Amino acid sequence: MSVFVDQETRLLVQGITGRDGSFHTRQMIGYGTKVVAGVTPGKGGQVFDGVVPVFDTVADAVRETRANASVIYVPAAVAASAIFEAADAGIALIVCITEGIPVLDVTRVLPYLHEHGARLVGPNCPGLISPSKSKVGIIPGNICRPGRIGVVSRSGTLTYEIVHQLSTHGLGQSTCIGIGGDPLIGTSFIHCLSAFQADSETDAVVMIGEIGGTGEQQAAEFVQTGMTKPVVGFIAGQTAPPGRRMGHAGAIISGSSGTAAEKMAAFSRAGISVMKRPADVVPLLQERL
Amino acid sequence: MNLHEYQARDILRRHGIPVPPEEVGETPEQVRAIAQRLGGRVVVKAQVHAGGRGKAGGVKLAKDPVEAGEHAARILGMSIKGLVVRRVLVAPAAEIASESYVGIIVDRAAQRPVLMVSPAGGIDIEEVAAQTPEKIHRLAVDPRYGLLAHQSLGLALKLYRDMPQARAAGDIMQRLYAAFYAVGASLMEINPLVTTPDGAVAALDAKIVIDDNELDRHPEIAALRDPSDEAPSEVQARKAGLTFIKLEGSVGCCVNGAGLAMATMDLVKYYGGEPANFLDIGGSSNPQKVVDALRIITADPSVRSILFNIFGGITRCDDVANGIVQATQQFPLTVALVIRLTGTNEALAIQILTQAGFSALTDMDEAVKQAVAKARAEGRAA
Repeated sequence: MSVFVDQETRLLVQGITGRDGSFHTRQMIGYGTKVVAGVTPGKGGQVFDGVVPVFDTVADAVRETRANASVIYVPAAVAASAIFEAADAGIALIVCITEGIPVLDVTRVLPYLHEHGARLVGPNCPGLISPSKSKVGIIPGNICRPGRIGVVSRSGTLTYEIVHQLSTHGLGQSTCIGIGGDPLIGTSFIHCLSAFQADSETDAVVMIGEIGGTGEQQAAEFVQTGMTKPVVGFIAGQTAPPGRRMGHAGAIISGSSGTAAEKMAAFSRAGISVMKRPADVVPLLQERL
Repeated sequence: MNLHEYQARDILRRHGIPVPPEEVGETPEQVRAIAQRLGGRVVVKAQVHAGGRGKAGGVKLAKDPVEAGEHAARILGMSIKGLVVRRVLVAPAAEIASESYVGIIVDRAAQRPVLMVSPAGGIDIEEVAAQTPEKIHRLAVDPRYGLLAHQSLGLALKLYRDMPQARAAGDIMQRLYAAFYAVGASLMEINPLVTTPDGAVAALDAKIVIDDNELDRHPEIAALRDPSDEAPSEVQARKAGLTFIKLEGSVGCCVNGAGLAMATMDLVKYYGGEPANFLDIGGSSNPQKVVDALRIITADPSVRSILFNIFGGITRCDDVANGIVQATQQFPLTVALVIRLTGTNEALAIQILTQAGFSALTDMDEAVKQAVAKARAEGRAA
């Protein structure tokens, strides 16, 4: 078992013929993910790289291929529309890599997903990977190793840095999930922590947060009351000035709230081991395992 | 993107919200003439993207056009939180019977737009939230149905007992909510929403922040950007497709990915240095972005060393290496360069850098330590 994706994941790629979509589709197929269909309106009937059938609509793709998950690489202006379409076609797991979706679009997308019983990971996220089983998104497969650590993060490359530290020290991962750097996201820290708590292949969790919002504080409360597995946490942005967006649309200290100090204190109070720097992840995990 | 008050008032007015007329002046003479047109008694307000304009002396009441010109002479050119005032807004001085607050934000926890109202208007809402939180009333709006009439009236009745005034305020909330989605805002505030002695309800000040991700679909809003309120280096970076934020330290940072960029700054601090900037070269980096990034970092005179921290995923290390080499062929680097790269095409990158006479590290902590030490040594030499 792993979290959200596994060998049974039948993946559909929205935007498969685009620059990013085609590159990462090849990477995912190379990793062993079952990519069963692609969608690009106007290119239905083509076959991507001679192996993946392309459809005009998600509904066609689902009917023909029984795809049960979708990954989205379309431009920001049409990304919300792509999410709506996937949910409407009955896709249960929708992973949106696209960065730059207007937040007000997401306010409309989220209730729709809820009504359709679909899970959205992202937007503005690197996706997820269950090492040696399935990869949905853009996390480089070569830095991951199969193992028993769950990783959940708001970031991309910072996650790779920390996963790389884990892998080189023999701590493999059960699943790594990038939940995204936007202010509104479909899958929260709590959703992932709760899935890791229930997952028999996960022994401990690394949670990587950053400034902005209160997702980490709420997650800390959940860890305290709802988790028995050890959790190690990091917060990026200790030196970030207030009121400035630090690259991610959601990484902003508003007034005096959402600071790294506040989040690290919440972690400590909840019994989460707090990393001062990425290199602390291995020793802290070893202490807790 | 922040809008100026005069731009925000214009948007609210176009959505049917009562806002007194105003004009914008850039010289005391213009302001005197505007005051004359508006009837003499006016308020003169600095137009900068900073809160606390009143406390800083940037908002003044004038009894006649001559005094308005004198106020303008003092306010124009003054600096508020580091921003120089280039324009003032001039509006007729209103007789105020009461002041309240109406605002909309996108609430991250509720994942919805939240309307906030308070009878304690005219002061910073964060102050009200800290001192008298019971005076703030909140309503999360379901975006599927929008702000319902009974909801806005219910909130308006928290502000006004008088039914015609409550109806007027409820109507203003409806229009504010419509404007919020129409322009792609992430924050809209009317503070204060006032009543006048004759019972009318009007917006006397307005603040709007636009979601940067909406600007492509709202070119008319994007055109309102005021580049004079941004650091020139940040304008240059935005045009080059880089995310750059100028800070006060001496270690210039060039990183791929926002989270790693923040963590790199934090590590600089951890090892006793101060980061000079936040800079994310983004995902699919090409060498030109690296050249642009180095140009921006080296233009900052307080930079004493430059640290590259690249974790190659989509970003290819060889692209970054080529960018570094190209940059140093175009302009000289006068400070130490410490390069850390690992991941996609790492070996090729190290080969490119070595051939050009650079050395590269693969460990993040080691690179940051060296960059901090070099900044310190340069600082002593300077």
